[in-house]
Amino acid sequence: MSKHETTAPAVRATGIGKTFDTKAGPVQALTDVDLEVAAGEFVSLIGPSGCGKSTLMRLVADLDGPTTGRLEVFGKSPAQARQDQDYGIAFQQAGLLPWRTVADNIGLPLELHRMDRSARAARVAELAELVGLTDFAGSYPDQLSGGMQQRVAIARSLAEQPRLLLMDEPFGALDEMTRERMQTELSRIVAETGAAVVFVTHSIPEAVFLSDRVVVMSPRPGRITTLISTGIGPGVVRDEQLRETTGFFEKVTEVREALHGAPVGSSAREGR
Amino acid sequence: MSARSVLDGGARPGHDRLVRIVAPIVVGLAGLALWQLLVGVVGVSAYLLPSPAEIASEWSANVGPIADGTWITGSNAVLGLVVGGAVGVLLAALASRLRWFDLMLAPVVAALAVVPIVALAPVLNSMFGADSEFGRRAIAAIASFVPVFVNSLRGLRQTTPLQRDLMRSYAASGSQTFRVLTLPSAAPYVLTGFRVASSLAVISALVAEYFGGPRGGLGAFISTSAATSAYARAWAYVGAAILLGLALYLVTVAAERLIGRLLSGGAR
Amino acid sequence: MTIEQTSLRAGRPRARGTAARVRATALGLLGLVAVAVIWEVYKVFGPDDGVVVAGHRILPRTTDLAMPHVWEMVARLLGPTTSQAGAAPLWLTVAQAALVSLGIAAVGWVVGTVVGIALGVLMQMVRVAEHGLLPWVVLSQTVPLIAFAPVLKNWGAQIEVGDWRWPQWLSVAVIASYLAFFPVAVGMLKGLQSPPRTHLELMHTYDAGRWATLVKVRLPAAVPYLLPALRLGVASAVVGTVVAEVSTGFMDGIGRQLVSFAGQASGDPAKAWAPIFGAVVLGLVAAGLVGLIGLALRSYRRGEAT
Repeated sequence: MSKHETTAPAVRATGIGKTFDTKAGPVQALTDVDLEVAAGEFVSLIGPSGCGKSTLMRLVADLDGPTTGRLEVFGKSPAQARQDQDYGIAFQQAGLLPWRTVADNIGLPLELHRMDRSARAARVAELAELVGLTDFAGSYPDQLSGGMQQRVAIARSLAEQPRLLLMDEPFGALDEMTRERMQTELSRIVAETGAAVVFVTHSIPEAVFLSDRVVVMSPRPGRITTLISTGIGPGVVRDEQLRETTGFFEKVTEVREALHGAPVGSSAREGR
Repeated sequence: MSARSVLDGGARPGHDRLVRIVAPIVVGLAGLALWQLLVGVVGVSAYLLPSPAEIASEWSANVGPIADGTWITGSNAVLGLVVGGAVGVLLAALASRLRWFDLMLAPVVAALAVVPIVALAPVLNSMFGADSEFGRRAIAAIASFVPVFVNSLRGLRQTTPLQRDLMRSYAASGSQTFRVLTLPSAAPYVLTGFRVASSLAVISALVAEYFGGPRGGLGAFISTSAATSAYARAWAYVGAAILLGLALYLVTVAAERLIGRLLSGGAR
Repeated sequence: MTIEQTSLRAGRPRARGTAARVRATALGLLGLVAVAVIWEVYKVFGPDDGVVVAGHRILPRTTDLAMPHVWEMVARLLGPTTSQAGAAPLWLTVAQAALVSLGIAAVGWVVGTVVGIALGVLMQMVRVAEHGLLPWVVLSQTVPLIAFAPVLKNWGAQIEVGDWRWPQWLSVAVIASYLAFFPVAVGMLKGLQSPPRTHLELMHTYDAGRWATLVKVRLPAAVPYLLPALRLGVASAVVGTVVAEVSTGFMDGIGRQLVSFAGQASGDPAKAWAPIFGAVVLGLVAAGLVGLIGLALRSYRRGEAT
């Protein structure tokens, strides 16, 4: 890796608030968010719609600016981190350019940052292999399944060897089986690259399976309510067996209870 | 709630609306100023570019002929638009129902769309008589027919299989499906077709007059004035043609808005 | 999202397979034949003086003078242009005039396209330009400024730079370009604004500037919008050329022929139809040539929405 390592955490958010001006008046999307993501750590943001999890990720990506508070990415401002290409990003929609082949889509950031042609081709081949799409390098996005498109998007987000990956429900549009396969694959890829991940999701098992820590958020106004360590740890291989361990189920229950704000047994009061 | 991002450049809604109104006015005034500058300071001869004042005085000197010409050209355009549009909607309805009819009509419409229809003006004059305005109306009608047909057909095909399945599951009758589903989804497209056709109808009715036939319309006046080097008068007639085109366009826009509101109100 | 996609595809019936294509072609030809048949049937059964309702003739006269037989029109094309000895066949005379008009329309179309694309890019890049210009661009087409063709001819006549004099055909081309630029400018702007937010945000995360975004995302995304605009533009350019030829008195093109042959219709009714066929072919050829551009850019039309 060419970028020199720092001891600064991947993300450090202190007292973050975000207010949007809408026609119906100001809407508080986030309030008083404190969060630190260590280098190499996998953190999921989970919560119901409107809890501000995507907004928080967009602030980290410098796609929006916070209204209040301080946000640092590897000790720099988000804008600086973006200019230095410290992070890679993937959205729910793969967002591939339909007129480019798989290889050209993966190579887009490298092309924009003027990597020379032969080095680019080598890097693209490496990335295509990493996500298992070597045979489809010359295909166009409309010839691929949703899961394959999402793999291309992940390969693209890894192109610049970022130390931080930002993922906004990348598997949200996939069917359950593809989704589980993609999760296993993502954990393998992340382990290989050693990047920190901020992962936005709606799915409790997905969050628990992938993460070192799960951040539970709640809406109106968007805020962090609970932080849960999965205890699985970065060194552990995440495979199909893990999904069936008692520890996994316990953590799933714990996250669910945190989301509902009460033990699941008393969920009759949910309508409150 | 979709987050507004850096891509919007942080534009405030109120500020944006102001720019939307002020900017075109500024551009328009700049155009007028340039015109005045060319005539007044640079000294472009009145032969080439008459000043607004000259055109205005020609206008007031020829109010009668301008009104008559606008009436003739305007009624030709409106008749053409109404008849051509009605035929367009009718044939589109047929084509959306009957696949073979659609396929038969396709090359004719495709050809009409790229062919200069005014070319028919001279023969239409001999078919209907040189004293007849019919040729111009027919040309305006054919020119209007194309966009109305194309847009209507697209509109009638807007219903998705999902929606049709839904209507079927409600055991809705044919006329119910038409009223609840097909009409509201097709109407905006039909109206768009009419809006596009309105400009075409005026232009076609006007330029058809360059190809002979009875005198008396705006187009005939423009070419006679230009031929006798009465440029300020020609411009006055051009001005009337501009107002006519604009008026018809605004009428179709108003109809589009009104019917759009009625339909979306009725759906609720 | 998946439902929307599948329904979009299903809602757009596309003839697939050879059998379907043969059927479509056959029915298409049948449609053209039907037009000729309706013509002839009306000619046989319609009254000589047409149908007159309340003083307005709403169906045409059916005399040979007003409505020549379809086969006479075709036969006339093969005959000589004039009765003079050694006159070229009519179809050749018409084709030559149509070719001249095609050349002029092409010049007008290229100029209009360049101006339209430039305006589209300007309006996309500079928001104030969009707000300031777009209403005028739309207005410029709702008003029949083609009416102004007779005036423009005299502007050209005044221009003289050294030995170079403004040729008359250039006035015609300018009018053609005026008609052609509008759909291109509007289509281009729409296309440049078409990329989904995800694509633009992605470019932002790559720290790509406005130009890089324009070249890598906006321009390719504009292609599916630009192509129909180019087709509309070329059709407008052809109409503009024909009309401007007539109104400026340009002698060599198909427009003049339409008028002068119609003037001979009392003695030679079928001859008036020859330049009409010429104009039809002219329009089709022009549209076909632009269609080739679409073929060349087909890789940018993947996932086309229309």
